[in-house]
Amino acid sequence: MTNSTFILLIVGLPFLSFLLLILSSGSKLTQKVAGQIATLLMAVTFFFAAKLSLNYFASHLTQQTAELLVNYTWLEFGSGLAINMGVLLDSSSSMMLLVVTFISLMVHIFSLGYMHHEERIANYFAFLGLFTFSMLGLILSSNIFQIYIFWELVGVSSFLLIGFYYHKSSAVAAAKKAFIVTRFADLGFLIGILILGYYGESFDFTTLISRLGDVNSPQYKQITMAGFAGIQALSWGLILVFIGGAGKSAMFPLHIWLPDAMEGPTPVSALIHAATMVVAGVFLVARLFPIFTVATAAPLQIITYIGAFSALFAALIACTQTDIKRVLAYSTMSQIGFMMFSLGVIGDNGAGYNASLFHLFTHAFFKSLLFLGAGSIIHYVHSNEMEDMGGLRKKMPLTHISFLIACLAISGIPPFAGFFSKEAILHAAYTSNKMVFFVGIITSFLTAFYMFRLYFTIFWSIPEYPKTNEHGEGTWSMKLPLMVLTLASILVGFIPFSKYVNSNGIPVEGHLEIVFSIGPVLLSIAGILLAAYWFKTANTKPQRLAISMGNAFVWVRNKFYIDQLYLYITKEIVFKYFGKTAAYIDKNLIDGFYLSLAHFTGYFSFFIRGIQSGNVQHYALYFFGGILGLVSLLFYLLSY
Amino acid sequence: MEIEILLALNQEWLLCLSIFLLLILFLTIENINQTLIAHTIHALLLVQVLFIWAEPKQVTVFNGMYTTNGLIQFQKSLLSLGFLLISALSLNWLKNCKSIIEFYILLLSSLLGMYFMLSASHMLMFYLGLEMATIPLAAAANLDIEKRKSGEAAMKLIYSSAFSSAILLMGISLIYGACGSLHFAEISNNLVQNNLSIFGFIMLFSGFAFKISAVPFHLWTADVYEGAPLPITAFLSVVSKMAVSFVFIKILFQVFVSLEVIYTISLSVLSILTMVVGNLFAIRQENMKRFLAFSSITQVAYILIALMGLQGMAQGAIIYFLLIYLFSTVAAFGVIGIVSEAYNKENISDYKGFYAQNKFLSWTLAIALFSLAGVPPTAGFFGKFFLVMAGASKGYFILIIIAALNMIISFYYYLRIVRYMFMEEATESLQKISVQPVSKLALIICLLGMVCLGLYGPVYEYILTFSNTL
Repeated sequence: MTNSTFILLIVGLPFLSFLLLILSSGSKLTQKVAGQIATLLMAVTFFFAAKLSLNYFASHLTQQTAELLVNYTWLEFGSGLAINMGVLLDSSSSMMLLVVTFISLMVHIFSLGYMHHEERIANYFAFLGLFTFSMLGLILSSNIFQIYIFWELVGVSSFLLIGFYYHKSSAVAAAKKAFIVTRFADLGFLIGILILGYYGESFDFTTLISRLGDVNSPQYKQITMAGFAGIQALSWGLILVFIGGAGKSAMFPLHIWLPDAMEGPTPVSALIHAATMVVAGVFLVARLFPIFTVATAAPLQIITYIGAFSALFAALIACTQTDIKRVLAYSTMSQIGFMMFSLGVIGDNGAGYNASLFHLFTHAFFKSLLFLGAGSIIHYVHSNEMEDMGGLRKKMPLTHISFLIACLAISGIPPFAGFFSKEAILHAAYTSNKMVFFVGIITSFLTAFYMFRLYFTIFWSIPEYPKTNEHGEGTWSMKLPLMVLTLASILVGFIPFSKYVNSNGIPVEGHLEIVFSIGPVLLSIAGILLAAYWFKTANTKPQRLAISMGNAFVWVRNKFYIDQLYLYITKEIVFKYFGKTAAYIDKNLIDGFYLSLAHFTGYFSFFIRGIQSGNVQHYALYFFGGILGLVSLLFYLLSY
Repeated sequence: MEIEILLALNQEWLLCLSIFLLLILFLTIENINQTLIAHTIHALLLVQVLFIWAEPKQVTVFNGMYTTNGLIQFQKSLLSLGFLLISALSLNWLKNCKSIIEFYILLLSSLLGMYFMLSASHMLMFYLGLEMATIPLAAAANLDIEKRKSGEAAMKLIYSSAFSSAILLMGISLIYGACGSLHFAEISNNLVQNNLSIFGFIMLFSGFAFKISAVPFHLWTADVYEGAPLPITAFLSVVSKMAVSFVFIKILFQVFVSLEVIYTISLSVLSILTMVVGNLFAIRQENMKRFLAFSSITQVAYILIALMGLQGMAQGAIIYFLLIYLFSTVAAFGVIGIVSEAYNKENISDYKGFYAQNKFLSWTLAIALFSLAGVPPTAGFFGKFFLVMAGASKGYFILIIIAALNMIISFYYYLRIVRYMFMEEATESLQKISVQPVSKLALIICLLGMVCLGLYGPVYEYILTFSNTL
């Protein structure tokens, strides 16, 4: 089979799954086998995708050139400007191909057990198929215009999935919020596309990059000559494109939709709001990375600081949340902040780029594992609130182990996956921007803290979970993905990622400086210990002893006051003031801004309704008024 | 010479002939078979549509008052296509309509008027066509004779359009005073920018703005749309609006080239007003027909933006957009008409839980609304995209940003209906409605148009080939 046949199958099968299930969603039989059909098709898709992407990496060991597999001219404007539709396979899209199909397959399998009692299960799997199709279309797009189309399709299918429990009004509201907020951001994206396309005289990624990424090309000179409000057109275009990415990737202040989107079914959160759709923004910036690096510093600076701020901001909020899925949502936002600022700082020889995509890759595995684990737990205790949980480790041994490993991975403890990618990010930040590096360090400390706060409250805190549930930990279809993903969370960090995926196609040796990584790891461990100290109750003495011994080594001399200080700073100041303030700003100011916008529109439209009185005489009056207004405006303007 | 006239006016002849036959039928036959008449007219309209493939020709007759060329022929076919689809979708209504022959006589006359208007190259010919296109519509708006609102709509339409025609004529006379001729070519040669010509132009311009219902000349629209029978509303908002927009392009780019500054300013003011006010009103509407009235007002604003761009791009983009607008609006009106005919329900809240029983109709309406809102990958997105591109061709970026913001607002109300249909359960949702096969075919054609026109490039490319003709 040729590569283009592969592509056809990879993109076509999820769509086929969507069509098949949506058209037959009425029949009883479909309801019964919908999950099996969809999962089977997804498995085949994954098989082909893995084959294609491994083929790509195997045949491009020394130089990762981009391959245009399919190319079809869609519109020809005559003057050399044409819009093409095509499939562009390069190292980053091959990597994404692998991630999206793999996570989607895991989520399909998990949903077999998790959603089996749902009435509209066929619709559910159909929407999953639609989502996978659009996401694959997005990552394979050869053209910035085409990526926009799939970008919107992803938005639509995410809307459908968040609002899946449509009898819950909060779910419907969340679906709408997600759609409108991301649409708002997409507006920037669209205008950015227009600016880049207009000056670059092309929409193709490769052509755009070769023209606008080259300071000597006439197009580059033109776009840097033009400007608006004192900022170059190139910067405008890139910033606007980034706004689109920030909307999908839930960067501050466009992040407000992400926590609410947790109203959707939990496996959906694992697929969309952890591993695939929310990283589309990172992917988009990575796609245009060569242009970003030649442009003036402004766009990359914005990306860096917004990314760093979002990372810290979300981590602070995550410390105060009690809903298990919301903690995970804010943690996702924080991790994407990491990826963003890593792209922004560039680093030596594109190290930031490699680190960012590496983190995207590893994050996909452990974050979807966390979400699926959360799904299992919610399935067991029938609640999202952390206070309803506790002491679950004996009841759910498998979930416990996998959750623990995922927590270790996200906290950056070696040898789990997150360690390698986070270390690369911190190193890239360290070499280029010290301030961002410190933000990163603090955030990774907080990450370890809140993840283990979650872990200890769910699995420890009380001796044993009081109720026993007859359905146990869940069906095999729910356990299998957990096991596979756990394995992945342990192993994927060892992949020499920068050899395969990098900014300019030339493999870079990965670096791992043990000395450098000691600091961050110790900080993360401190975070874990702090969490353990507070959230693991007194009757687990042996562990407590071991932990206080661990504390003793680090703080032996300062025990008296550092401990108090920590307690004071975190519990009294960070929790009470910073964390709560951040949550307050989030809830009141930012939500409030969008709300008042809506109120204003509603109020104003109420106010002007008097114009539409129903009297023809009045209509004539307005008609005359219109003419008079236009004439006087024109004469006024022309008299200058 | 006579042969030349005969050949040049072939589309018009066909219409005249059928109007004449309908008149004879009306006077002679007592018991009419509604379906038969409807299908005969459909066949006739189909022939008109097929003129799309006729050999394009460039002819000028009647002392240069009437011209036709490939572009005009294409536009005429599009108008017929619109009428054909509307008529096919209104089959349920037509079957119960006692005055079906009047319906066709009136609307075909209006269509004939539009044909003459499109082919006009002289102000008087244009005015004649415009009046011929409008007056029958006022009569047709009253076809629901037993309903008070229908009569009100007709009266409002005739009064307002009489008023606007008076202003338009005043504008034409001022232009005549400024240039000494009414031939388009000569006006364009003689026109210089002075106070007289500006004043004349603004009056003419407001006449156009009235017809395409740009704010603040739009106030008749909602009342008339709400009161008139649904097929007439659809005709007004699709066919009539398309015809006037086509002529508007021609007049701006061919006749008033020397007033470019003036018309750019006027267009930008009107377009901003139109989208803002149209959107704000659309948010509040509870009646489906009024809602679509304001939605169609908002759509016009984007056409105005494109009109500010370079001629070739603007023309291509507008025709392409209108073609998509035709499919989307006709589909939306079609579904609403079918529902209104079956249950006499026209409120937005009546559509709660509509999806439960009427899957096909809900999907059609949803896709139509998505297309009107401009969500990719429906064709509506591409239509709006090219309009905005045309506006960008002269660099009016601020306007484009305002337009894009308004598109977001418009999203809210389009989505609201979709949410009602799919996501809310009503205490008594509408039962299954059986759709006539012909209507279903028309809906499927609209669906194909909305889904495929955007993704199938050659249509736009074909339209662009006309970009140098006017």
